[in-house]
Amino acid sequence: MRIAKVRTAAYALAAILWLMVAGLPFYFMVQSGFKKQFDLLSHPFWMLPQEWALENYRTVLEGTFLRSLLNSMIVVSISVTLILLIASMAAFVFARMDFWLNRPLFGAVVAGLAIPAHVTLIPVYVLTTRLGLYDTLWALIGPYVAFNLPLAIFILAEFMRQIPRELEEAARLDGAGPVSFFWRVALPLSRPGLATVGIYNAVALWNEFVFAYVLTSSPTRRTLPLAIWDYQGQYTANIPLIMAVLSLSALPLILIYIFAQERVISGMMAGALKG
Amino acid sequence: MNGVGGPSDRSTAAVFFLLPAFAFLAVFIVWPVLLSIQLSFYDWSGISPVRTFVGLDNWKALTGDGVFWRALGNNLIVVALSIAIQLPVAMALAVLLHRGGNRLKIFKVVYFFPMLMSTVAVGALFKAVYNLQFGVVTPLLEAAGLAGLSRDWLGDPQIALFSVVAVICWQFIPFYMILFLARLSSIPNELREAASIDGATGGQYFWRVELPLMRGIIITAMTLSLIGSLKYFDLIWVMTEGGPSRATELMATYMYKEAFSSFRMGYGSTIATAMFFIVMTAALATIAIRQRRSEEA
Repeated sequence: MRIAKVRTAAYALAAILWLMVAGLPFYFMVQSGFKKQFDLLSHPFWMLPQEWALENYRTVLEGTFLRSLLNSMIVVSISVTLILLIASMAAFVFARMDFWLNRPLFGAVVAGLAIPAHVTLIPVYVLTTRLGLYDTLWALIGPYVAFNLPLAIFILAEFMRQIPRELEEAARLDGAGPVSFFWRVALPLSRPGLATVGIYNAVALWNEFVFAYVLTSSPTRRTLPLAIWDYQGQYTANIPLIMAVLSLSALPLILIYIFAQERVISGMMAGALKG
Repeated sequence: MNGVGGPSDRSTAAVFFLLPAFAFLAVFIVWPVLLSIQLSFYDWSGISPVRTFVGLDNWKALTGDGVFWRALGNNLIVVALSIAIQLPVAMALAVLLHRGGNRLKIFKVVYFFPMLMSTVAVGALFKAVYNLQFGVVTPLLEAAGLAGLSRDWLGDPQIALFSVVAVICWQFIPFYMILFLARLSSIPNELREAASIDGATGGQYFWRVELPLMRGIIITAMTLSLIGSLKYFDLIWVMTEGGPSRATELMATYMYKEAFSSFRMGYGSTIATAMFFIVMTAALATIAIRQRRSEEA
């Protein structure tokens, strides 16, 4: 009996310890964002602000932050739409049509999962400047779509393989060709897969850094991660202001998470499904 | 056997459906990889229109480049520490959450929080957390009377890499935790009941039943961690830019500096190409090992 109690206490202690490790940085971030600089200097970090100052948030919102938020929304929504459409078309072919190149081509696509973005950075940068797209949001869409296609195709093909043969036979007897079978049957039946892939890519691209860093430069063309980068370069010493930027930028995803935890978690874990 | 439509109808559709995907992959992945390989044999500033063919000079320089080997070494340290720290902690937390069930639901919600921030935000946050005056770590140590343990976390070349690895672990442990938790939850309850009828303790049940069943998912986690760590860039770039004095330099940060700060696009391509081959070799090796294992099983 005593051993059981000790064990329960040890578990509880471990649970609380990790709660602190995971949560403390967030506590620091959120409440420091409301502090004035001298407050952070003169009182320990764990004390709540002496006076809840909104001026950090005002400075951030008066800058280009909202523009970056809008940029991120534009780039992410266009890219994710393209990924879902293009990947489901390709996945349909890999899952439902037999031809001699099917397996080698699918293997080549899956190999794309491991390719580091850095090996394409110089050529993509050169291509973007040549096309006159440097420092535009359009520049990001090409690499964003391409790098996320392999996983999206892989996951969607799994879903489309599960569509029963009989449905295909029935569609053929009704005179439906492959294109209408894709639109009317395969795509609607893959809805859970599309949701998972959509969430995964939306989060990944919402946070994408290196392409946006290389392919854009002016503050009005920056996406959210680059806004954070620019602010922390510009206000190195002003920790409360940076914490306000971080709190604001984390807010959208945290809100979505609070309302749809399981969806967000399973979507974000999609990258590991291939095991 | 033909499925939907006649043969020619189908092959037209197949080509039409595959075309957009392969166009994107060709323009933004295949062609760039090939061009990088080609550029690795040139001397090029990226600005001037002149590219000078230098043969194997860049590759010879790379093999003798101490910074590159240091960066590769750092990558391997990140790989080793990530696997050695993240997976056991994630496993312990997953078991904890699994045994706790619904009572620990709120803990699970908070444990996942680090995954919700972008890597850039995590980097900026921890730069502040490590700040000696305004941060979290040093003031906490001082409050605990352990001020002597405090270091210049990101400024001391001896420990900067470990400070950064700690942040990587903080960010990714929740990911592996959820991965393991999902696998634990899929183990049928009957096994647990049977084990406890046989008098197995919780610990014995974990080591003899749960852990062996999780072999597949652990190998998946190791693979993801390995490939991810070899490609690592964002967090290090935000926190230290590879410094101080190359202490946290990785292949990716070194490649970026050479190509986009020093405008040595040729040599930058050489580093990028080397990185590409290292990552692809690691990926192929893990696939081969997995296949052999599944054949044995």
